[in-house]
Amino acid sequence: MTAVAPTRAPAAGPDPRRTLRIGRLSTAYRRRQLAVPLLVLLVLVLTAAVSLGRGDYPISVLDVLRVLVGAGDDTQRFIVLELRAPRTTVAVLVGTALGLSGALIQTFARNPLASPDVLGVTGGAAVGAVAVIVLGGATTAGRLLGGLGLAAAALAGGLLMALLVFGLAWNQGLDGYRLVLVGIGLSAMALAVVRYLLTRSTIQDAAVANVWITGSLNGRGWDQALPLAVALLVLLPVSLALSRVLGALQFGDDTARGLGVRVPLAQAVTVVVAVALAAFAVSAAGPVQFVALVVPQIAVRLTGGSRPPLLAAGLLGALLVVASDLVARTVLPESFPVGVVTSVVGAPYLLWLLVRGRRLATL
Amino acid sequence: MRLAADGVRLAYGDKVVVSDLDLQLTDGSFTAIVGPNGCGKSTLLRALGRLLRPTAGAVLLDGRAITSTPTKEVAKVLGLLPQTPLAPEGLTVADLVARGRHPHQSWLRQWSSDDEAVVTEALTWTDMVELADSPVDALSGGQRQRAWISMALAQGTDLLLLDEPTTYLDLAHQVDVLELVGRLHTERGRTVVVVLHDLNLAARYAERLVAMKDGVLVASGTPEEVLTEQLLAEVFELEARVVPDPVTGTPMVVPVRRLRRRPG
Repeated sequence: MTAVAPTRAPAAGPDPRRTLRIGRLSTAYRRRQLAVPLLVLLVLVLTAAVSLGRGDYPISVLDVLRVLVGAGDDTQRFIVLELRAPRTTVAVLVGTALGLSGALIQTFARNPLASPDVLGVTGGAAVGAVAVIVLGGATTAGRLLGGLGLAAAALAGGLLMALLVFGLAWNQGLDGYRLVLVGIGLSAMALAVVRYLLTRSTIQDAAVANVWITGSLNGRGWDQALPLAVALLVLLPVSLALSRVLGALQFGDDTARGLGVRVPLAQAVTVVVAVALAAFAVSAAGPVQFVALVVPQIAVRLTGGSRPPLLAAGLLGALLVVASDLVARTVLPESFPVGVVTSVVGAPYLLWLLVRGRRLATL
Repeated sequence: MRLAADGVRLAYGDKVVVSDLDLQLTDGSFTAIVGPNGCGKSTLLRALGRLLRPTAGAVLLDGRAITSTPTKEVAKVLGLLPQTPLAPEGLTVADLVARGRHPHQSWLRQWSSDDEAVVTEALTWTDMVELADSPVDALSGGQRQRAWISMALAQGTDLLLLDEPTTYLDLAHQVDVLELVGRLHTERGRTVVVVLHDLNLAARYAERLVAMKDGVLVASGTPEEVLTEQLLAEVFELEARVVPDPVTGTPMVVPVRRLRRRPG
């Protein structure tokens, strides 16, 4: 009799559950769930260092790292910390927030195609921002508001729109499918408003608005980084605390309730956190394309498992935006919006992972 | 009395599905709820599992209204298996069964040695150890149902509600799943309530049958008491002969033909 090899799917792989117990504390993990975020963090630091070194006055990676740990000469310190760090910081924060937001929404909606875009955040933020850009230039008061309040208008627009989407989708709880459909409908309406505003605008305003809609880090600094940093300081721990409940929530509602999860509460908190993260990120840099959609899927393929890992998704989001900004600033012509590059870099990588996964599965 | 429905009315929106229903389930019993499609049996099971809040009356778990008991407390006593439970892509059997420990865990205590022992035991008892690292979505229908039952076992609840656990399974796997559920009852002393379509299997495995029609409880008792030719005509509009099952001696329904639908 011939021995038949056990047909185990590759997803299982040689990465068993490990256990960590210290006193009353206990948790289970897989090696890749720890290794992937650490590796991504390392690559992120190196990429950020390269990015901080590039520009009119090039500085070597080693010198940048020296500055970052508090050494280096005054000129280098000024260029890295005063001139370049603000923009890179915004890139890191925006990427982290979008990656996290996407992971939360995709887990909640049980749909890998869900992203803050479909919850109306992006559409609402675009209406707010484009309205300020287009209508703001017309009056003096508007010009003042435009200078100070572009981010605020985008934030308000994104949050208001998400609130409207919730209000229309809420039906004794949140159904992911219904939420996504309502979000798509309202986003289409928001897009129509944006298009209308653009037709009413001057060519200069339209160009500015278009760059904002694509997502750009040009001219971003501490003013944009600070509110986003504060938001992340609050929302990142909340996201990570949600992780355990998300594990049960990714089953159907009935199963989750059977396991003792207060489903409507857990869903509401998840979506509110995800929307807030996305709204702050979008208000800082515009709707940087594709990060929230693609990064969670890349993360889950790297770590394995059944849902996007939150920490890895946040770190990968930061890496994607920082790397795309590096490409946008160095390879491409000046002031190229980073949102174009994130799509160009992120999409082929996801496709490669998908194709490779399929080959593995059929082997 | 572990679980009881006390004059419950159940409705989806304005549509009343079950009205003024009383049902008592004693500790350690094995009850099957039967009835034609749309009779409200799954709706009743959902209410018993606190997935649906009665618009009148109450479901009592150990004498206390289930809807006013913290859901996590309920989850330590009562487990449920929905009709077609969703397992996310890529989730392994071991992960699924481990999730059954959710109500016993907390932020600090995410994976205690108790959890590990219970999950290992549940996998062994349901004969799923060899498939522990397989993704749930790669399993056959019968294996998948075993995995979910294993998860319910790991939850460690005295009561277990199952909504048509044999749907989409061939006869061999239907028997396999019901054997497993039967062993949960006989060997592990679980109180089991199961919604079933197959009357012969229900009569074979359950101690007690509850027959429903149009949201009303029509009959309740041992399989012999409930599965009569008269009741089959009344509840299922089916002309049938009831003979003793040659294997177990429990009543076996042999259909003759569908009775003509009454006007209206």
